[in-house]
Amino acid sequence: MVVWNWIVEPLQYGFLVKAIWVSAFVGLVCAVLSCYITLKGWSLMGDAISHAVVPGVVVAYALNIPFAIGAFVFGFGATVAIGYVKSNTRLKEDAVIGVIFTGFFALGLVLVTKIPSNIDLFHILFGNVLGISTGDIIQTLIAGCTTLIVILLRRRDLLLFCFDPNHAKAIGLNTQVMYYTLLSVLALTVVAALQTTGIIMVISLLVTPGSIAYLLSDRFDYMLVISAISSVSACVLGTYASYHFDVSTGGAIVVLLTLFFVAAMVFAPKYGILRQKRVVGS
Amino acid sequence: MIPITVDNLSVTYSNAKLALYNASCAVEPGTITALVGPNGGGKSTLFKAIMGFLSPNEGNVKIGGLTVEKAQKKQLMAYVPQSDEVDWNFPISVFDVVMMGRYGYMNFLRIPGAKDRRLVMESLEKVGMVEFRDRQIGELSGGQKKRAFLARALAQEGQIILLDEPFTGVDIKTEKQMIDLLLQLRAENHTILISTHDLASISTFCDRTIFLNQTVLASGTTAETFTQENLTMTFGGLPMTSLAFQNSEVDA
Repeated sequence: MVVWNWIVEPLQYGFLVKAIWVSAFVGLVCAVLSCYITLKGWSLMGDAISHAVVPGVVVAYALNIPFAIGAFVFGFGATVAIGYVKSNTRLKEDAVIGVIFTGFFALGLVLVTKIPSNIDLFHILFGNVLGISTGDIIQTLIAGCTTLIVILLRRRDLLLFCFDPNHAKAIGLNTQVMYYTLLSVLALTVVAALQTTGIIMVISLLVTPGSIAYLLSDRFDYMLVISAISSVSACVLGTYASYHFDVSTGGAIVVLLTLFFVAAMVFAPKYGILRQKRVVGS
Repeated sequence: MIPITVDNLSVTYSNAKLALYNASCAVEPGTITALVGPNGGGKSTLFKAIMGFLSPNEGNVKIGGLTVEKAQKKQLMAYVPQSDEVDWNFPISVFDVVMMGRYGYMNFLRIPGAKDRRLVMESLEKVGMVEFRDRQIGELSGGQKKRAFLARALAQEGQIILLDEPFTGVDIKTEKQMIDLLLQLRAENHTILISTHDLASISTFCDRTIFLNQTVLASGTTAETFTQENLTMTFGGLPMTSLAFQNSEVDA
């Protein structure tokens, strides 16, 4: 009965129902992409994009256009800048990423303090799903659905690109197009997650579900399912927890997801720490 | 039958390291050609240039008169990578890897048809890997891993097959099986280029040999070019025995 009340009682509030749906949706989109990002080793790239969108949000506000457009342009622009600097200097990729994303992020901070607006920096950084507006929900839905459709259509090529880009080239596929496709959907996903977890913690949704799934499965299709279940349930339960315990929504989601990860890391049947110890010990 | 011609090829990497200089050679159609040379002698670079994985600073590669890009689009070339180029922890089964050989023939969505499935199974059968088709690729032995990727090359139906160090980490029995398969492919008019450290086995199955150390030092039929003189010139005077048994890792 207590559990039932815990679940049902918050549903009388429209804003909370909305928040639960939106975060579940964002959790699903991030979970799907997460499988590709963890296998490709692009976690840092996700972090870079999420920080680089800040000036885009401010500029979009100043120009009075949807925030998603500004965020996408700057997020994607940062990845193009990273690619350009990397191929034209002798610097290693991690250094280039570090330089570019902090540069974009700092520009965003400067702009947000200079351009008069009602943007709450705290909401960009840490999300504000409980107070999400209908306009923002529509933008989240568009960005998220586009990502899901692109991945659904190109999933085999993207998987091949993550696994063996040389083979993709050898059979005449355009790996440049695959590279930018994956970067674009990554940027779109960051845009979709902006309102839920905020840019600081979106990286968690982009990396942790895929990592959990990778510890639990040897097949990509199962990975997708495990990733989606862990991510969506963390997003829904986290939103509930944030209401009941009056804590940050993004924070609650990420803490839950991290707990799932720790559980997977310890108890995974094949790759868990307990199992590995037993294999070594026996 | 399709030849490969490499004309005056030079490759410099972005760290200013010269990998290949003025390399010219031909891989005759319908032959098995060995590519030998010391580590860092440019074998992998030449492979990558032929496969179009890098663009040379000078010179060009032609596949049966076509540019590499056109040859790729026509599925003429298949590549069997070195073991350390593959992420063996990737969550993918042997069957799915071999199916990736068919992607170039499929539509936009890459949905396999009956023919694709049949060719994948036939390829697995040829390399004796049917029973392992549902294994995750990391669960295979060294020899099985090589055979899985060879099956992918077969499924691609490329007329030209490049194998980069296929005998590293492979036991003698598997090596013999693979050589038999390569001879069979040659009989089916494939052109095969193979880079190898196992100098001892070259004369048993390679029609021609190319000696490479920064540039092509010698090339021709194995009978004529596989001489102590060319080996010394290429490897810099190391005693023969130290080279022949360099490839000593085998399956557990």
